[in-house]
Amino acid sequence: MDKLKKIDERIYPIATLLIAIIVWQLIVTLNHVPLYILPSPLATVSALISDFGTIAGHVGTTLYESVLGFALSIALAFVLGILMDSFVVIKKSLYPILIVSQTIPTIALTPLLIVWFGFGILPKILIIVMVCFFPICISLVDGFEKVDKDYLNLFHSYKASKLQTFIHLKLPYAMVNFFSGLKIAATYMIMAAIIGEWQGGTKGIGVYMVRTKNAYALDKVFASILVIVIISVGFIYLINYISKKTTHWK
Amino acid sequence: MQNKALLEKTVPNSGENNTLITLDGISKSYDSAEILKDVSLHIRKGEFVSILGPSGSGKSTLFNIITGLLPADRGTLDVHGEIGYMQQKDLLLPWKTVLDNIVLPLDLKGSNKEASRSKAVSLMDRIGLKGYEHRYPSELSGGMKQRASFLRTFLASGEIMLLDEPFGALDSITKGSMQAWLLEVQEAFNVTILFITHDIEEAIFLSDRIYVLSSRPGVVKEKLTVSFNQQNKRDRLINPELLVLKETIKGLL
Repeated sequence: MDKLKKIDERIYPIATLLIAIIVWQLIVTLNHVPLYILPSPLATVSALISDFGTIAGHVGTTLYESVLGFALSIALAFVLGILMDSFVVIKKSLYPILIVSQTIPTIALTPLLIVWFGFGILPKILIIVMVCFFPICISLVDGFEKVDKDYLNLFHSYKASKLQTFIHLKLPYAMVNFFSGLKIAATYMIMAAIIGEWQGGTKGIGVYMVRTKNAYALDKVFASILVIVIISVGFIYLINYISKKTTHWK
Repeated sequence: MQNKALLEKTVPNSGENNTLITLDGISKSYDSAEILKDVSLHIRKGEFVSILGPSGSGKSTLFNIITGLLPADRGTLDVHGEIGYMQQKDLLLPWKTVLDNIVLPLDLKGSNKEASRSKAVSLMDRIGLKGYEHRYPSELSGGMKQRASFLRTFLASGEIMLLDEPFGALDSITKGSMQAWLLEVQEAFNVTILFITHDIEEAIFLSDRIYVLSSRPGVVKEKLTVSFNQQNKRDRLINPELLVLKETIKGLL
């Protein structure tokens, strides 16, 4: 019954999407819209199939940068999060700056990073870290802060050390929050990599998109967008899965 | 009849060496508000003593002073033995199994994990948690969570247990069975219990002695000894003396 209901729920967005795709296909076919203005869904899929090898190569680079940047963001978020939680001075000094730093447009910084660090993967990874670190770190810090005072008193009465309190109480308590930050970061991850690649690079799906766009091969641009969406959704599913396994008590 | 109930210190063998907790003239204020005023009480080994009072009578403040979480403004506190403190909230960690929760204080002390677990498992059998060792707290009923919390408190200290309205959040049917359970466990484990409640009947049912606290400031209005059915407290609920004592206490409050 529950499973049926779940399928039932999913049918709405799927049906809407299908109708939109059919309408899109009809408009392009019936009006003879040229490829360099708007490619049809069928043209997009056939471009994906015919150019799959090239796209896969570029996607590989992008995935490599993304996963590396994402892992680095998590590590950095943990280091800074734990420091901010342990030392009030650090938190008071950094927390407001972190929030304000998010108003800086990343896209304006990318050319600078490329000037400083070249066309390799380093500037891309830095951009991913700049984008992904923030939601992870803030959710972690907030999670540490939200720990119920009664639990802290309990640990105090057991004479637990700071490290013990962290491992047995604060860290697991903050996990629920941490994963919600991680999900937000995952949705930004590939996009951040593409922003970096778009502005200069030799490999990556963003580079491929710029090249195909300049050649007016919009079917290939759309094919790469399709791939990006599929990968991003895959990542979110993966994180959801890990989150459910890790915070099973929720 | 009232006299019988109101007699103080009827237990004659109250040697000083038997007294585990002694409070003498404890006072505590927050800013200008006086919370506790000149509170004196004592608990002897193996006793079940209740502190009964309306909300705002500073009962929990008193517990915090006894456990050392709060300093008293005036008065002396003398505690012999380790104190375990259990609250109305079960405070079980949802990400740990029931067994891991129960042995947490021992794990934190660095005790042998095997030994503390086998000890906990045998105790779980005795308090009706058999088979729930590897379940998570979310799979337990309210009463079972309180039992697990009780066992954890017991393992943490063992000698003196301060119970702060432990059954306050339970429905009345569960509460009744938990009270009976607590009496059994107290006898089986031979622990000394200081119990906070605002439920008059609960206090009479469970206690050997009751301290009645007034509210704002908390002053000991009366020390009562529950002198009927001392050997079999379960029968107290059907003893008419319970109602008499209940009326007496109501008159005090």
